Amino acid sequence: MSGRSILKRIDWLSVFIYFALVLIGWINIYSSTFIDEQSSIFNIGTRYGKQLFFIGVSLVAIVIILALEVNFYERFSSIFYLLSMVSLIGLFVFGKTIAGATSWYDLGFFNLQPSELAKVATALALAKYLSDIQTDIKRRKDQFYALLIILVPAILIIPQPDPGSALVFFAMIFVIFREGLPLYYLVIILSLILVFIITLMFGTVWLIIGLALMIILIYALKRKSLKIPVVPLSLISVAVILFSLSVNFVFNNVFEQRHRDRFGLWLRLEKDPKKLEQIRKSIGYNTYQSEKAIESGGFFGKGFLEGTRTKGDFVPEQDTDYIFSTVGEEWGFLGTATVIILFTVLFLRLISLAERQKNAFARMYGYGVISILLIHYFINIGMVIGLLPTIGIPLPFFSYGGSGLLFFTILLFIFLRLDTNRLKESF
Amino acid sequence: MRKILLSLIIVVIAITFLGRLSYLQIFSFSADQLTDDPAIKKIYDYPERGYIYDRNGHLLVGNDPAYDVMVIPREVKPLDTLEFCGLLGIEKEKFIEKLRKARVYSPRLPSVLVPQLSKQDYAKLQEKMRKYKGFYIQKRSLRYYDTPSAANVLGYISEVNEGDLAANKYYVQGELKGRTGVERYYEDLLRGRKGVQHIQKDRFNRDIGPYKEGILDTLPEQGKQISITIDKTLQEYGELLMNGKRGGIVAIEPSTGEILSMISGPTYDPALLVGRERSKNYTKLYNDTIANPTWDRSIHAQQPPGSPFKTLNALIALQEGALDENTTIQCYHGFYVGKKKRGCHCGGGLRNLNKGISQSCNAYFAGAFRKIYEKFDTTDEAMDVWEKHMKSFGLGDYLGYDLPFGQKGRIPNKEYYDKWYGDNRWSSSYIISNSIGQGEILATPVQLANMTAAIANRGHYFTPHILKKIEGKDITEPKFTEAKHTTIAPKHFEPVVQGMADVYVSGTARWLQIPGIEVAGKTGTAENFTKIDGVRTQLTDHSVFVAFAPVDDPKIAIAVYIENGYFGSRYAGHIATLMIEKYLKGEITLKTLEKRMLEKTLEAEYAKPYSGEEFKINERVW
Repeated sequence: MSGRSILKRIDWLSVFIYFALVLIGWINIYSSTFIDEQSSIFNIGTRYGKQLFFIGVSLVAIVIILALEVNFYERFSSIFYLLSMVSLIGLFVFGKTIAGATSWYDLGFFNLQPSELAKVATALALAKYLSDIQTDIKRRKDQFYALLIILVPAILIIPQPDPGSALVFFAMIFVIFREGLPLYYLVIILSLILVFIITLMFGTVWLIIGLALMIILIYALKRKSLKIPVVPLSLISVAVILFSLSVNFVFNNVFEQRHRDRFGLWLRLEKDPKKLEQIRKSIGYNTYQSEKAIESGGFFGKGFLEGTRTKGDFVPEQDTDYIFSTVGEEWGFLGTATVIILFTVLFLRLISLAERQKNAFARMYGYGVISILLIHYFINIGMVIGLLPTIGIPLPFFSYGGSGLLFFTILLFIFLRLDTNRLKESF
Repeated sequence: MRKILLSLIIVVIAITFLGRLSYLQIFSFSADQLTDDPAIKKIYDYPERGYIYDRNGHLLVGNDPAYDVMVIPREVKPLDTLEFCGLLGIEKEKFIEKLRKARVYSPRLPSVLVPQLSKQDYAKLQEKMRKYKGFYIQKRSLRYYDTPSAANVLGYISEVNEGDLAANKYYVQGELKGRTGVERYYEDLLRGRKGVQHIQKDRFNRDIGPYKEGILDTLPEQGKQISITIDKTLQEYGELLMNGKRGGIVAIEPSTGEILSMISGPTYDPALLVGRERSKNYTKLYNDTIANPTWDRSIHAQQPPGSPFKTLNALIALQEGALDENTTIQCYHGFYVGKKKRGCHCGGGLRNLNKGISQSCNAYFAGAFRKIYEKFDTTDEAMDVWEKHMKSFGLGDYLGYDLPFGQKGRIPNKEYYDKWYGDNRWSSSYIISNSIGQGEILATPVQLANMTAAIANRGHYFTPHILKKIEGKDITEPKFTEAKHTTIAPKHFEPVVQGMADVYVSGTARWLQIPGIEVAGKTGTAENFTKIDGVRTQLTDHSVFVAFAPVDDPKIAIAVYIENGYFGSRYAGHIATLMIEKYLKGEITLKTLEKRMLEKTLEAEYAKPYSGEEFKINERVW
């Protein structure tokens, strides 16, 4: 296939949004790491200079990805997966520790984060496994293997420790779900999250009272013709209570104080407004500062390089995980809304691209890409604007970090490359 | 369903995010975010506080520069400690200790090393300051008082507290604010407006240049120079006369309502509440709960006014037609309250209005009071009319002067007695004490002075006030320049004024005559009680006196209230007379009276209730 036809068939809307996000991201990195001294934007010693270099590297990667044979990815996905798992295991021996987490290989000129690589590899491997002609997702055994593909890297990453990245892999359950995983898996997961929150906020006693009320309501409203499944209902109730009790145990005995504080802050467990304000300013310092920075931007923002809190470095990690607060302060609601809309359009576009694939592998990989990007976007922005507890994962295409930008680019463009061949059922 | 679920989630997330962002950036956003932006530091430029002058242009309050030596510990470079200590005039050990403390407080922020250098030390130090890195001199401005008196009128300034900060966004921590008197009431005029510079800071609190090139910065606005209505000479003289006495004096110019002097005894030197010793002195003054020097008796002390009140009852009786100036009432050396007889020391006999006032006949006024009540069908009706007349003289309510509120005093009305005795279970005989200014009536010295001014003006007064000029321009506020009319017709004043003039000619104050000045006055002697170990004990009567002069063209109306001074003509009468002479003549001819007032104190009298021993009251002292 000629390069020319690829350029004709590639989805330009996605490409355009990708470049828009990368550009906006870089402008905000520039702003949040900019110091008044005159310096070239290409100066590799500065963070914005370094990021610009990696944007260049990503462009090269895009060219390579588009140039490679389209079936290369499907064919080698198992090998990628194995390699990336090995690289994760290797961290236990050769890993470099930065900020308390042993998540990097020191490659001299830059630090490689293998968990980034594992995201791409897992998305490919999962798609490969699910699209296999012999796999039937309705079977328990196949469901188990699919989940295993997701769980292995997650389990390897947790002890680094990097719970944020591990969480990303769970998002790929969506892919399995899209391919026919029974709905009750999702219901169970959502119920567990709900029970977790209710237990922390109101306690097990109230949970039991609520449960009892619900059962009474079911009996009160039931029609005569309807039979109540007594045994499953009581089993579910027991399970919920047991889970609730175990939540209490885990929260109080397994979690560390900082985790308890984060959840305590998020769910507003502290009722005294003065103490709450105190907690916000100490434990919730990052979020407090980022919320304040975003708030101070108002509707129109303070303008490029005019963010006082950004300039004063008040928001920690502002060029990485908290980059979105710079957007909020300097570009205001106009800026933040633009970014949200760009991401939303990109996701919806990718879904429609995935759905139009004739090839099952391409479709499933597409869902993998969406799941990974979406979970990053959801958790990161949710955290920065104070809706979610602090979980440190970057904002795709935005946050400073060469390894991150490169692999998000690879992740996305492999799918865009597959999409150029969408009309063929097999490659 | 499965296909659209993810799209649905994406849209829900987007809506949630946009909702939260619009809450943060549109609804929570407020324009004055700069005040709590930690990245913007405001540097203030304070204008000089306005000067205060008296009515004749004499300076009362100015400013004195004070120089603090400041240090930023982090920026201190090795220095010749010995030489520097010599310049500062402190010992080396003390210097090192202070430097250490400053470093503990904050290495980055300035601390005061030596407060309030003298001008001489400042001059010596100024040239050599460049040699010492990390040290600098900060100029401050302290209040300077050009008079030892009028502390109660001028008030003082002190640092703002949490309450002030919450109440008024203008102030920031460490700023000064007027606390009482003129400093408080005219705070906004005197203070001016501080200028502000915005500096961009980083999170280590380092300056990184002006914020937005300084477009938000403002220049300071000078405080206003004001003149107050006080006559410095009269005020100082009055405070001298108050030596060792407790009470209040208020003198008013009847034709304008301007307060010529306002004295509270005991008082204190306003300079005590400035500078390094401020808080020590304040605590000392504040803790003196017996003499209470910080309590301004001229506006706060509400007491039964005693006999000066008879003049108002006479006016009401005339206005209501209860009697005329020729009506006579027999005095049998007293009158009855129920079955209890109250004495009268006027000498007895047939009394008319003139004699009633000049001899201060209790029986005459008890009779007059009854006659007022007999004019009406019910006691309630009479009470309402009486209350209306009384209130038209500014009694029983805040006067509205431009000083801290003070007290309302009390003109009892029917609701008051209904509450006290039960609905309608009282009659005019219960309240007959009001006829002679005892009973339930209360008034402050400033109210008595204002009432006297209203009589001097024959029926109207101007709300007493303290501000005369702002930046040399007379005030025009209608509240103070428009006359308030009483409910008594002007023609009824002449017989009463004549009675008051006769007080000085043939009445209770005849030995206080001032050569060449016709004065109208009224003595008062007010019974009062206290509790000693829970027992209600009578103390020596309060000495009360009101007067105005000259009778035909009043220039000054004065009320003097001396606690436990016994007869009205004694302490209060002496002081009122001396102040009138001082104000009108500028010098004193009544040397005997003056000597007596400067020498006699009432300390022994005030010590009696605290002695723990039996004591006599109303003793003859001279």
